Amino acid sequence: MSVIKVPEADAAGWRCAACDEPLVMRPVELEYLDSLFNVELPACPRCHHVLIPEALALGKMHQVEQLLEDK
Amino acid sequence: MDQKELRAWEARCVQDETPRCTAACPLHVDVRTFCGLMAQRRFDKAWQTLAKVLPLPSVLARLCDAPCKAECVRKDAGGPIETGALERYCAQVAAPALPPKPLPSRRKTVAVFGGDLCGLCAAWELARRGFSVSLYCGVPGGSLLNLPESVLPQGALERELENLDKLGVDLKRDTDLTMALLDSLAESRDALFVDGDAWPAGFDNFGQPDELTLGTRRSGIFASPAGQPSPVLRAAAARRAANSVERFVQGVSMTTSRQLEGAYPSRLFTSLDNVDAAAPVCGDLCPDENAALAEARRCLQCECMECVKVCEYLKHYKQYPKVYARQIYNNASIVMGTRQANTMINSCMLCGLCEVVCPEDFSMAELCLEARRSMVERGKMPPSAHEFALRDMAFANSDACALARHAPAAESSDYLFFPGCQLTASDPDGVQAAYADLCARLGRVGLMLRCCGAPAHWAGRQAMADQSLSTLKEEWKHLSSPRIIAACPTCLNTLRQWLPEAEIVSHWSVLRAMGLPEGARSDGMVLAVGDPCAVRHDRAIREDVRTLLDRLGVDMVEPELTGELAQCCGFGGLLAEANPELGRLVAQRRADELAEDFVTYCAMCRDRIARTGKRAMHLYDLIYPGGAEPGSRPAPGYSDRRENRTRLREKLLRTLWKTDQSGAEPHEAVQVVFTDEAARLMEERRILRSDVQKVLHYGARAGAQFGHDETGRHLASWRPSTVTYWVEYEQQGEGVLVHRAWCHRMRIKGGRA
Ligand code: SF4
Ligand code: SF4
Ligand code: SF4
Ligand SMILES: [Zn+2]
Repeated sequence: MSVIKVPEADAAGWRCAACDEPLVMRPVELEYLDSLFNVELPACPRCHHVLIPEALALGKMHQVEQLLEDK
Repeated sequence: MDQKELRAWEARCVQDETPRCTAACPLHVDVRTFCGLMAQRRFDKAWQTLAKVLPLPSVLARLCDAPCKAECVRKDAGGPIETGALERYCAQVAAPALPPKPLPSRRKTVAVFGGDLCGLCAAWELARRGFSVSLYCGVPGGSLLNLPESVLPQGALERELENLDKLGVDLKRDTDLTMALLDSLAESRDALFVDGDAWPAGFDNFGQPDELTLGTRRSGIFASPAGQPSPVLRAAAARRAANSVERFVQGVSMTTSRQLEGAYPSRLFTSLDNVDAAAPVCGDLCPDENAALAEARRCLQCECMECVKVCEYLKHYKQYPKVYARQIYNNASIVMGTRQANTMINSCMLCGLCEVVCPEDFSMAELCLEARRSMVERGKMPPSAHEFALRDMAFANSDACALARHAPAAESSDYLFFPGCQLTASDPDGVQAAYADLCARLGRVGLMLRCCGAPAHWAGRQAMADQSLSTLKEEWKHLSSPRIIAACPTCLNTLRQWLPEAEIVSHWSVLRAMGLPEGARSDGMVLAVGDPCAVRHDRAIREDVRTLLDRLGVDMVEPELTGELAQCCGFGGLLAEANPELGRLVAQRRADELAEDFVTYCAMCRDRIARTGKRAMHLYDLIYPGGAEPGSRPAPGYSDRRENRTRLREKLLRTLWKTDQSGAEPHEAVQVVFTDEAARLMEERRILRSDVQKVLHYGARAGAQFGHDETGRHLASWRPSTVTYWVEYEQQGEGVLVHRAWCHRMRIKGGRA
């Protein structure tokens, strides 16, 4: 599965609170209604905790959700 | 829905039926399109409409005796459209059209015997069907030649004779039309048609032509009846004969499915409401162009669309129920690929207005509800469509909000007050005052706070609705089945339908009987009465409410769509959940009905209208007024609605039943305030205060958070079940100031969000 890159996945300035690490882009698996996507998202390099920025949640992610819901 | 059911639904909607004029025209001229084009001054195009169906159009258009007029819908609003005059005017001004292109040759020969109008028409009809036609006559046109110039101008007949020639008709002029010739033609040709105006002596022996087929006793010989005065009926006989000849040479049934050949009754309904009477502008002829245009503009362009006119939802999807039925059917048949109609199906308010206005009682509500149930059954209902509303319903029925008790200190109940979860959410103080009033004046009145189950029903989740109802029923029985006093019209309907063993009255009829309580306002306002769609079939409630408003001194104004025709506010059928944008349009349409302040007796109507910015009040605002000015009470958002329910329950338990049962959940202790922007975003995205508190309590505490280098803000997330919430916030002393909040349904695999 190829990794999707999305411009909205920008999380500049945020760091992981637990590890005190700046975030890096890593491939992350997203799932919805039996579909899987491999997307590059900002995450903590150490604990891998992922951040979903607002623009992504309301943009691309929402579109895909709607599509999968067969609107 | 199977094929057969689909067809039954489709047959119900008459929007696609033929206009009455066209159905009444024995040749089925598309009068509606013709008039439309004439009205636009597109005479050449209008002429093509005629020339497409009329044989010998230059002749027939001038002779047409317009039997359509007898059926024209306009006849009851000034007088029928003078189609004949319009045809004649068009014939005069339009560019001539080419004759139709004949179908490929069938290699069958037909003789036409007689060249009066009917014979010429028959030759035309047969030739265009691909027969090789020879026309035997004396002088072509026969009696037409005796018509004055004013009726049939020079050249009109000649032009069509040329067209007959172009169609390939072999014209045998100056023929002696004898029985001997007829016999020999009958022998040598595949079929023979005899013009009624040219019957030779002795032809009577073949008997009168059959009404349906125009066949005679001799196989293969067809004839029109003699002495038909109407030109258009003579042309229609020619067409019927041509159809018969076609069946005859193909060897198929001469009689089946011929009902639509001549004039037939149309089922198309066209309303004359809002149509001003207008008398004909032309008589037998149109004196000039202006008269012709004005006459054509009188045509109503007949269609039904009664339901679409009154329903914003039906209008929004740009079609009408017959088309929607097919779309819904197709939607369900899709196995792979994208379904296109899910949102459409989920956007009907299930309000029943269409059924009331439809001449055929087409119920879009029934169709859509059925479709939703089937989507739920097949696991095809999009999760986001109704989940929020169903969670709200579950919350209203949870221990945080629900309650079922006898009156304080009472052991039994004569009545049970059921205000409904939305009224409780919108106006808890009003509910409390109403309950106090009922207790004070009726004695033993129990109280039940919960949802009636309508949202689950609307969402097509019948099992969920049944379950909610069976709990309700148990509690009602536990209170020894008292008479129910319902305040919400939707609750009233739902309970009456699903709890038929209960005696249920509306709070309004109780108030009407008891009289208004002390403290009710009566300061002579002028208000627009907005009936909720739920009382469409309940005249008694509508009258109770008007009596109360009258006693309150209110001057009532009625919108055009009122009572049985009331529109929905957009809450019904969960439209506002499945399609918020359309929901707003719907509420706006209702708000715009009248300029006056709005009064209603459904909490959702009142809140949704108030949200458009219009001053709107609930009857409780007048009967049980609080401090605030009634029209200005805000419409609480999603979080406040929940909180109103919880607080009301706690307050009543504490003050009336003297029990303190506020079992607060741990996350509720999180102190949180919101920026205006955050509050707005949350309302729009349907994020509740309690969702934010959960993020802060469970998410942030579990260490699932981020910090921002420059702003110093924090970001935390939490996924209670199917939705992940994100909260961007700032620590402020003990509490938290929320700046932004968002959510998504997609899940990070193996992650915490
Ligand atoms: S009003 Fe126009 S469309 Fe309607 S029946 Fe008359 S001619 Fe036909
Ligand atoms: S919203 Fe009401 S009027 Fe419109 S289609 Fe649905 S039930 Fe009919
Ligand atoms: S009211 Fe609507 S559903 Fe009924 S026949 Fe007319 S267009 Fe069709
Ligand atoms: Zn980390």
